[in-house]
Amino acid sequence: MFGSLEKKKRNKELKKRAGHLSERAACGLHCIKMEDIGVYAGKTPIIEHVNVHIHCGKLTAIIGRNGAGKSTLIKAILGEVAHEGTIEFRDMKENKVKKLKIGYVPQYLNLKKDAPVSVYDLFASCISNVPVFLCRKKALYNEILNRLALFEAENLIDKRLGDLSGGELQRVLLSIACTPVPNLLLLDEPVSGVDRKGMELFYRTIHNLKEKYDLSVILVSHDLTLVKEYADSVILLDKTVLKEGTPEEVMESPEFHEIFG
Amino acid sequence: MEFLSYGFMRNALIAICIITPLFGMLGTMIVNNRMAFFSDALGHSALTGMALGVVLGVAGTDLPMLLFAVCFALVLNHMKRKSSASTDTMISVFSSLGTAVGLVILSRGGNFSKYSALLVGDILSITGKEILCLVVVLAVTFLFWLFCFNKLHACSINKSLAKSKGIPVRLMEDLFGVLIAVIVMLSIKWVGVLLINALLILPVAAAANISSNMREYHLFSVILSVASGLIGLILSYYLNAAAGPTIVIVAAVFFAATFFAKPLFRS
Repeated sequence: MFGSLEKKKRNKELKKRAGHLSERAACGLHCIKMEDIGVYAGKTPIIEHVNVHIHCGKLTAIIGRNGAGKSTLIKAILGEVAHEGTIEFRDMKENKVKKLKIGYVPQYLNLKKDAPVSVYDLFASCISNVPVFLCRKKALYNEILNRLALFEAENLIDKRLGDLSGGELQRVLLSIACTPVPNLLLLDEPVSGVDRKGMELFYRTIHNLKEKYDLSVILVSHDLTLVKEYADSVILLDKTVLKEGTPEEVMESPEFHEIFG
Repeated sequence: MEFLSYGFMRNALIAICIITPLFGMLGTMIVNNRMAFFSDALGHSALTGMALGVVLGVAGTDLPMLLFAVCFALVLNHMKRKSSASTDTMISVFSSLGTAVGLVILSRGGNFSKYSALLVGDILSITGKEILCLVVVLAVTFLFWLFCFNKLHACSINKSLAKSKGIPVRLMEDLFGVLIAVIVMLSIKWVGVLLINALLILPVAAAANISSNMREYHLFSVILSVASGLIGLILSYYLNAAAGPTIVIVAAVFFAATFFAKPLFRS
């Protein structure tokens, strides 16, 4: 009982913080349309004929077995691998096609545990051209501090990345992904390193984000319980979209049972 | 200060003061990016570059070495992206092939002793013109660092993350590869194939032991690199030994010292 009270308090606090990020709450009038996405390794398809249509303010979870092409789809959206098909971001209020701004939270960092890289170093490298090896600009430092504060990570700014816990690192990465505010937030959920409590906090933060920001969220997830609780829609992927719909619809489908047993 | 009365020692001293900070800077990214093997392979490929120059009958070997190394770096980067085999293995294959081809060509007719200086290098033979060339390289590298370091750093930590921030990942990787190739080729005659990687990696690894952010990392790395260079050169004069290896030994001592001092800096 005590725990849930604390949860609520924290939720409220997070919502309040997220409120500072953007005055514009999700309007549902922005949509991202992916049509006939296909990625091939030589002639072998990794994913093919993937059609996804999402609106702002929605959390879409992608689930599937290992090797189903979830990460490949993310890479295709990022433009990191060549793909067939089109990705279009449309503002239906003005009926215009716009450039899609993507925020990405990676699954892991390519970093040795004792590498001398602080949170500030990574953050500044991603969002500014002030060379991190030479100087630390006060204004930039403060800006980063503010962005971190939105995710309860301001006390981590001078810590080395290797010293962070899984949950702390995730909050830092989320903060980087949301600077500047993206239209689409892509999250590759870590398989390990974050405990249950950290994971729930992460999902709640994202939940609050999408309510306050004008953005859509795509989440590659391995935790079906949390997906059920927080996702607005679910895509079951296995080379192509096997099933999509609300969490209930997908998780009760024969396709889902065939894959997850 | 008796050694300063010799012109070659003065030149060597100046050259060391240019090469070591250059290596200190470049090394931070090589170590963070786990590219130690990559720069090592480039060093070995210098043999092939030189062999090509000899075969083609070009007057100086610098140009063929440079061109070959740049191509080598770009091909390696390309293979790394395409191949699913482990990068280490790929690089190792290329590196051994480069060395072998170079040795076969250069040793034909029992002539290898002519080129063996390339293996250990000779900083004492550097001329004023060549020092000027190094100054230009140092300036270019610093400018590159000033404008591209952040982007390169983001790429090294996570390519997809860098891509999502609009950073041209491939271009950055290729530019960095080419930069390493050029620097390795231009300094290999003075440092030697066998030791160039030690100089790139050791002072940086020592700095990593005692730094907790990028600024400290660069600062310590450049300081330790310059210190190893100067102390090593002067020691080699009094010991009457080859300069390159002495410098590497000093750098190794620094590494050991920082390794044991680690807990003091990391509390």
